[in-house]
Amino acid sequence: MSGTFVGMPAFPEAARAAVGDATLRANLRHATHTIRDKRARAVAELDDWARLREAGKRIKDHTLRHLDRYLLRLEEAVTAAGGTVHWAADAAEANRIVTRLVQETGESEVVKVKSMATQEIGLNEALEAAGVRAYETDLAELIVQLGHDRPSHILVPAIHRNRGEIRDIFRAEMGRWGRPAPEGLTDTPAELAEAARLHLREKFLRARVGISGANFMVAETGTLVVVESEGNGRMCLTLPETLISVVGVEKVVPTWRDLEVFLQTLPRSSTAERMNPYTSTWTGTTDSDGPRAFHLVLLDNGRTDTLADEVGRQALRCIRCSACLNVCPVYERAGGHAYGSVYPGPIGAILSPQLRGTASAVDASLPYASSLCGACYEVCPVAIDIPEVLVHLRERVVEGGEVTRRGVRVRLRPAKGHAAERAAMRAARWVFGHPGALRAGQRLASRTRAVHPRTLPGPGRAWSATRDLPPVPAEPFRDWWRRTHGEGSGA
Amino acid sequence: MRVALFLTCVNDTLYPDTGRATVKLLTRLGVEVDFPEAQTCCGQAHYNTGYRHQAEPLARHFSDVFGGYEAIVTPSGSCAAMVRELYPRLGERARAEGRGGGLAAAVAPVVPRTYELTEFLVDVLGVTDVGAYYPHTVTYHPTCHGLRSLRLGDRPARLLGAVKGLDLVELPGAEECCGFGGTFAVKNAAVSAAMGADKVRNAESTGADVLCAADNSCLMHIGGTMSRLKAGPRPVHLAEILASTEEEPLT
Ligand code: SF4
Repeated sequence: MSGTFVGMPAFPEAARAAVGDATLRANLRHATHTIRDKRARAVAELDDWARLREAGKRIKDHTLRHLDRYLLRLEEAVTAAGGTVHWAADAAEANRIVTRLVQETGESEVVKVKSMATQEIGLNEALEAAGVRAYETDLAELIVQLGHDRPSHILVPAIHRNRGEIRDIFRAEMGRWGRPAPEGLTDTPAELAEAARLHLREKFLRARVGISGANFMVAETGTLVVVESEGNGRMCLTLPETLISVVGVEKVVPTWRDLEVFLQTLPRSSTAERMNPYTSTWTGTTDSDGPRAFHLVLLDNGRTDTLADEVGRQALRCIRCSACLNVCPVYERAGGHAYGSVYPGPIGAILSPQLRGTASAVDASLPYASSLCGACYEVCPVAIDIPEVLVHLRERVVEGGEVTRRGVRVRLRPAKGHAAERAAMRAARWVFGHPGALRAGQRLASRTRAVHPRTLPGPGRAWSATRDLPPVPAEPFRDWWRRTHGEGSGA
Repeated sequence: MRVALFLTCVNDTLYPDTGRATVKLLTRLGVEVDFPEAQTCCGQAHYNTGYRHQAEPLARHFSDVFGGYEAIVTPSGSCAAMVRELYPRLGERARAEGRGGGLAAAVAPVVPRTYELTEFLVDVLGVTDVGAYYPHTVTYHPTCHGLRSLRLGDRPARLLGAVKGLDLVELPGAEECCGFGGTFAVKNAAVSAAMGADKVRNAESTGADVLCAADNSCLMHIGGTMSRLKAGPRPVHLAEILASTEEEPLT
């Protein structure tokens, strides 16, 4: 599977292609609208939703403010429970650690569950290069992996596929990875699920190494938590002899009690369920049960740099519920791949350019992948003001500014390609600072209105390719006001 | 009562009818309207595109021009949201960057006194029946800023509901963004156009002859899409509907 997003075109081009794909748009529209309506109903059932949202925000902010303290506490607790903690500063280091840990077991196959962090760092590719095959076991991840595809949604990575496409992928690919799809497989959900179940069961029973992510890590007890709905997590977490969990440092919460908030807000926001079917927690190792060896790889990969940014750091509150994707009108049309990252949608648009920086074309374009409609902020269960961060990152792109990269403060220069826009903004600013100039411009526009085109040249062409401009009126308002209310009135 | 009309640069330049309608409506309701001629732009386009430092002097200019008024009324949801929501933030950021509290102090008086038109009518004047007459089937697009920043709620619907002759019909997917988003419409033209086309289709499906909103920026985008697709009802600003009377109908 091609898990890498390197060399992605910038968002607008990728999105244009997606907008033109009728099947993709229909799949996305159907899926996002169904889930967003269900979420709204599930949330409306709770009369203390606003308070839960505020509580989640506060817990996360408090933890992030004292992240060093809680991570050390976590390390202590995990170690005391018989686990081993590894610290990974970036993707390469994390991949090296995990690869070594797998190689030390002597195995060449691993099963994986719930691990966006491992997709973020490209772990599957790194393992493959070392001769280790990684099998995804989430149903949607399986579809993505078998389809040589990339995930396009946080919760439903194969949201861009419909049932017919999934059946075709299963028929063509399952046999090459293990148990083939049953003869005469149809596209009914029950048959597709059964085919996946049989295929995966074989993997679970054979695997001796499991790799997981985690939704939460509890500092006080060293416990990791996975919230899921298929049961594959339970299998991956309990059957193998060695369990390696790769988790972003921001996933820590101080106490068990804090879970009370998130175990209510996460399922309702993500799958619109009151409670998810499986919540698994694991703490170190136990003699007669579960894995014999447990390793926790704490992944930084840009997170502490993000923490250094006063406005942008709120992105680290994210609990990956995907509610913001499902309400986003831009995501609905552009699809997840256009965001060029394992984190698509509104959260991806603010997280990726912070974790990776704004140097690449796709990362510099992400802060603009929004009409700032505010729907994402409204649904976010930890109240991340995504529009605020988008605008903040736009500023970084066009004006440069101070950022922290690998712990060092550096001054970014404005990104290339914004010179014309910057000049136009400055000119407009000048005009708006001089009411007389504005008035002269309006008069000129009115006098020449007969010859005004309804399409625009230059960068404005993109607008007028699909929309008509309004005609310029014969008289701007301020001239009418002067004519009817007299010179100098109200000045 | 004497208020200052903040018309906004877009309305001033492209939609003077909305300005005239606002003046007519407020005057009819016994409000004395002033138009401070030094007004220009709230700085929203600069701010939202990432040019915060260019938006700051515009916020200051706005505060200088309108600082002396007891109430500032604007027929633009997004510009009202810029002043109310983002001016305080501009002031705070300037302070946080060690540039002093001057901007924060300058914007402080205008922030709570700036009203979007429907807020002013319903909350300050306490009217929902403004004596308007408009014999058309109308559907209402709430706009993102009106809906989620200002939380206008049912104010526009109550005002429209009291207009004589007006038949208000519900817009499917009303809460979805029309796809304008300022420079978003240019920077991500394909997605923006797709969003606009969906909005037009929804408006068309209502069978209304007029699509109403309280923000001409959104109406410009939707109207431009309609004109290109040759579909959908006529876009009309809410102020123009409310200004229309039996004696002086808007057509
Ligand atoms: S940003 Fe908020 S809404 Fe989006 S995935 Fe994260 S927690 Fe959920």
